[in-house]
Amino acid sequence: MSILAALGRVILGLFAAIGRVSIFGGKTLSHLVRPPFYPREFALALLNIGWLSLPVVGLTAIFTGGALALQIYAGGARFNAEAVVPQIVAIGMVRELGPVLVGLMIAARVTSSIAAEIATMKVTEQIDALVTLSTHPMKYLTAPRVLAATLVVPLLVAVGDIIGIFGGYAVATGTLGFNAAAYIQNTVDFLQLRDITSSLAKGAVFGCIAALMGCYFGMNSGRGAQGVGRATKGSVEAAAVLILAANFVLTGVFFSL
Amino acid sequence: MITLDNVHKSFGSNQVLRGVNLHVAKGTSMVIIGGSGTGKSVAIKSILGLVTPDSGTITVDGTDVTKADRDAFLARFGMLFQGAALFDSLPVWQNVAFRLLRGSLAKPKDEARAIAIEKLRRVGLTPDVADRLPAELSGGMQKRVGLARAIAAEPEIIFFDEPTTGLDPIMAGVINDLIREIVTEMGATTMTITHDMSSVRTIADHVAMLHAGKIRWTGPVADMDGAHDPYVDQFINGRAEGPIEAVR
Repeated sequence: MSILAALGRVILGLFAAIGRVSIFGGKTLSHLVRPPFYPREFALALLNIGWLSLPVVGLTAIFTGGALALQIYAGGARFNAEAVVPQIVAIGMVRELGPVLVGLMIAARVTSSIAAEIATMKVTEQIDALVTLSTHPMKYLTAPRVLAATLVVPLLVAVGDIIGIFGGYAVATGTLGFNAAAYIQNTVDFLQLRDITSSLAKGAVFGCIAALMGCYFGMNSGRGAQGVGRATKGSVEAAAVLILAANFVLTGVFFSL
Repeated sequence: MITLDNVHKSFGSNQVLRGVNLHVAKGTSMVIIGGSGTGKSVAIKSILGLVTPDSGTITVDGTDVTKADRDAFLARFGMLFQGAALFDSLPVWQNVAFRLLRGSLAKPKDEARAIAIEKLRRVGLTPDVADRLPAELSGGMQKRVGLARAIAAEPEIIFFDEPTTGLDPIMAGVINDLIREIVTEMGATTMTITHDMSSVRTIADHVAMLHAGKIRWTGPVADMDGAHDPYVDQFINGRAEGPIEAVR
């Protein structure tokens, strides 16, 4: 009986958490469409989430693309299918690895930073100060960050896809003996519009999740340094799991239906 | 002007406010004293709507604060927070002029900056501080910037939460004198939370002592020493022995 009760508490807690996050997301959406708007905060969020994430996205993508080419070549050699390296690198990067890795990198870099910043603001009464200065914290802090991440992460994914494919190209043509022109031609011929739109759509959803989790955990953090730490850790964990779950759902929507 | 009527507030099983009744007249300076954890900050935050009371009513000029238009209501207030609560990412002048750069009180940027520098001067800070970040300032300077921000839009009502906590006695005296001067020249209604008896004697017109979630005593500051209340007597004289338990 106690096991069932414990299981029930976990499930009820899970549903309660989903409800709280959904309400938070709904409020964020309502603040996105109602003035006042804060263009400076939005521009800063674009810079922090987009431009400043480029190095980590680029490095992650190029190494992943290179490793993917080596793996496919080695695996394909078992049944004389080494020639499929350009196609599989392209499809692997654009459909899956590009969006997922960029999403996880954004969760690590941006979600944690947003959660820590907002939680610290809460602990030091800066959130209360915003309210007393007639500024709604969700409108000022949450809405610009979520909008910026939703718009800019697809661009990061596109950059990641291109750099990842380039990583595969560099390895394939540099060490595996592929012809450069044929590699590019195979890549271009094989990719479909649906691959690219799914990649960008995943980027938008993952960006939204990453920023929303950072804001949610920051706004609901506990007191003191421990509260900030827990908010930061919780935000990254939640964002990473939700990104992977959303990836599964979106893959099903785009490629199984 | 500000009236709290039988206000209750609990956090879980912790009953913080247990029926607070308090009246602050227009243009007067009310100081709330009491031990740590007695609900002083919760009382002030309830007035501002940062905390929602479980029961009771709070009115400002006869209007229930829960029914007032939020923007218009908050535009009447300024607040100095305990840790100043300056926005780390903004330079000092934008902290001071925060309310003047956005919302219903928005002014052109140059005008807002000029007002911010004037308010900084009023609290004894030179214009070269204006472009520095809050992290580059000492604790006393941050409090002054917080004070400048609280008065920037010339509010009718100003709250001060532990204005001298963490400051050395000289800087505490400077802040106390500044608050008294500013309150007098602006004619604002103020509520201050403090443990610092020198602040009480400098700032207060009236004093209220909050203990165990209720107003234990209230009256003019001149009557405080002769209040003949053992709780007030113990608190203002800082004695370990008395009805207030030293370990809470």
